[in-house]
Amino acid sequence: MIEYGHFALALALATALVQGVVPLWGAARRDRAAMALAPQAAVAQFLLLTFAFATLIHAHLTDDFSVRNVFENSHSTKPLIYKFAGVWGNHEGSLVLWVWILALFGAGVAVFARELPATFTARVLAIQGLIGVGFLSFMLFTSNAFERLDPPAADGRGLNPILQDPGLAMHPPMLYLGYVGFSTAYSFAMAALIEGRVDPSWARWLRPWVLAAWIALTLGIALGSWWAYYELGWGGWWFWDPVENASFMPWLAGTALLHSAIVLEKRNTLKNWTILLAILTFALSLLGTFLVRSGVLTSVHAFASDPARGIYILALLTVAVGGSLLLYAWRAPQMQSGPVFAPISREGALVFNNLLLAVACGTVFLGTLYPLGLEALGGPKISVGPPYFDRTFVPLMIPLLIAVPIGAMLAWKRGDLPGVLARLKLALAAAAATLALTLALGGARALLAGFGFALAIWIVVGSLVEYAERIAFLRVPLIRSWQRLRGLPRAATAMTLAHVGLGLMVLGMTASSAGRVERILVMRPGETVALAGYEVRFDGVRKVRGPNYVAERADFTVTREERPVTVIHSERRFFPVEQRATTEAGIATNLLRDLYFVLGERSGDGWTVRLYYNPLVVWIWGGAVVMALGGLVSLTDRRLRVGVPRPAARGVALEGAD
Amino acid sequence: MAAEREELQSHERRRGAVWLYLLPIAIFAVVALALAWGLSRDASVLPSALLDKPAPEFELPPIPGRDDHGFSRRDLGGRPMLVNVWASWCVPCRAEHPLVTRLAKEEGVTVHGINYKDAPEDARAWLDRLGDPYTYIGSDRDGRVAIEWGVYGVPETFVVDARGVIVFKQVGQLTPRVIEEKILPLLRELERR
Repeated sequence: MIEYGHFALALALATALVQGVVPLWGAARRDRAAMALAPQAAVAQFLLLTFAFATLIHAHLTDDFSVRNVFENSHSTKPLIYKFAGVWGNHEGSLVLWVWILALFGAGVAVFARELPATFTARVLAIQGLIGVGFLSFMLFTSNAFERLDPPAADGRGLNPILQDPGLAMHPPMLYLGYVGFSTAYSFAMAALIEGRVDPSWARWLRPWVLAAWIALTLGIALGSWWAYYELGWGGWWFWDPVENASFMPWLAGTALLHSAIVLEKRNTLKNWTILLAILTFALSLLGTFLVRSGVLTSVHAFASDPARGIYILALLTVAVGGSLLLYAWRAPQMQSGPVFAPISREGALVFNNLLLAVACGTVFLGTLYPLGLEALGGPKISVGPPYFDRTFVPLMIPLLIAVPIGAMLAWKRGDLPGVLARLKLALAAAAATLALTLALGGARALLAGFGFALAIWIVVGSLVEYAERIAFLRVPLIRSWQRLRGLPRAATAMTLAHVGLGLMVLGMTASSAGRVERILVMRPGETVALAGYEVRFDGVRKVRGPNYVAERADFTVTREERPVTVIHSERRFFPVEQRATTEAGIATNLLRDLYFVLGERSGDGWTVRLYYNPLVVWIWGGAVVMALGGLVSLTDRRLRVGVPRPAARGVALEGAD
Repeated sequence: MAAEREELQSHERRRGAVWLYLLPIAIFAVVALALAWGLSRDASVLPSALLDKPAPEFELPPIPGRDDHGFSRRDLGGRPMLVNVWASWCVPCRAEHPLVTRLAKEEGVTVHGINYKDAPEDARAWLDRLGDPYTYIGSDRDGRVAIEWGVYGVPETFVVDARGVIVFKQVGQLTPRVIEEKILPLLRELERR
């Protein structure tokens, strides 16, 4: 079975090679037949890789330990869902997922991009094909998941238990959808550079692909952070680990790209910058892959580090990024620059957004690679931890967050800042009241938290005020507002949702870091302690058996003023096959707080336990989901759909945005 | 006429800014070189400058809030021992913790800890929850001592012989393989000397 998959993979490489070369030549010579090959090859490549991926999944699900990849990463006692998720829980398998998603996006462009000029489609798909050639050959020559093991093994080695988790099962596919999705932005940018033409319609074609990738990456990062929160047992949700940074950098660049593409679409300016961002976003995705896969930086996720693989990915990175930046240096200066605009304007605000996001991305980049660079120059060996990022990244985010509701209200070309601030007085008042309330309740120590809350309220209320103005809420009869709401372009609703989501995230981050209550103590069975207004009774520890582990399970009964609230179970699990132990925090979540209990070591006749009260923490991820929802709504905007007559769609969008 | 002149000017401006368009590729070239260098180097090899040199002079206080001894240069020597640099915010440290515990509890190796750039309450909670395998722990809150030791990132583990000389360094997480194939044989050899 696996041999068929192996063969399909090799065929996919051949297809990708054809897809990468013939249409490019055809587009240069205006050869219709050669150009028409591109969509067919893209779809064929996708079908071949789907089949290859399916055979690998089949091998994992049926415990075929004659396949090396299954033997190294699976075990017959592993629950079915983790046999499935284990397919991409390792280096080789995750690459199969990577190329499959790449082919998925390629086929997507081939199917949905019918309205694009033929030469442009051909070039986009050719670039997409060339990326495919790079990664498919990487797999076949250095990281083949389809190899047999001779003689076959009786059972597998198992999967790292810390990775056996539903959140983590979904984390890589989402992350990859984001990473790889940005390859379309890259291909669009390269095709535009080759054609020497960038205009508003280019930005409109680009937008759905960037949006789709951005939504997936947002959810992927949120999932990873959520996993770290409940699985690692610290109550922490972001560690500034190199691998986390590797996914965060493309997100920052991609967010900047989403915003600058709006300027290009609406005002036909910022062309070169948008192109550069499209290239850089994918370059950072590739860099992320390199950092994770090469072992250049030591990290949590330390995957197998094999120098041959590192060199191959570095070569790939050099060709893809170096080549595109050379093309950029050559072609970009010839692009017509667009109309000028006043600094205080929607364009100006979006440039401000881009500047801050780009610098923030740069600080993360420096913090991740600086230790390596310094050492390369013969400097001392140093390490950069969370303190660096707290001091550089956070201050950059504050002006950006303050600007969010203001920028959304400024008019194109020339904006009226005092007028906008006057319209935002409700939001300003709400923010000031929040600050005052926090100080009144928490005293001077709560100053920082107060500013954090005020910022969150400012963004949420400011975004809602802007939305309410659009539909003239309470100014005209409600039925008229409802009609206006229905007539509003989806993009307007999308922006409000995404910005409100951002505000909610700030709220969750501030509350959970400033308002956390923590108790670490030894508890004897039957003992009760108080935690942030709750009473927690420790009912003792019993042994339980899981499918592939044994565990000690502690039960806690939580009450509030003698009324029962919930029962929480915390576990310490031991996995005999992998010889490793994990802790499972017991968590009771609602929209206002998490109760987060961890069972520690036995100590005399009691147990060490850690009890956390984390206020509003769920909004860190809730906010990310709301943001992603905003992206989804934007994706359904009429003007992005195929077959809509352009002038009409543009008219509506412009009217709504002004 | 005016429009023509404007166009000409903007054209000149653009030509003047050509170097700006070369900037991205120049930056990328530097990064790629650094990455290539990073690949060619073996991250887990001790830099020769520190190999077979005595451990640096230092004196660290205990983690605040723990009734403890602290950790200083004087505690090294007498017999071979390990020095493990860790932090509660470092996830690989958590992953290698069972291995450190095994070394200390089952193999009877003396392991000292340097708690790197860590908040005392986090460090205490870490030890309470996962157990404390260390003989002595020093709190290196500003990371100065770690720089003296040439620490590149956490975790790192040093083998120091009976004379107080650094003989081995593991950059990054300890693995069962490193322990079985390098650290334990090395310690046995040092004990025999």
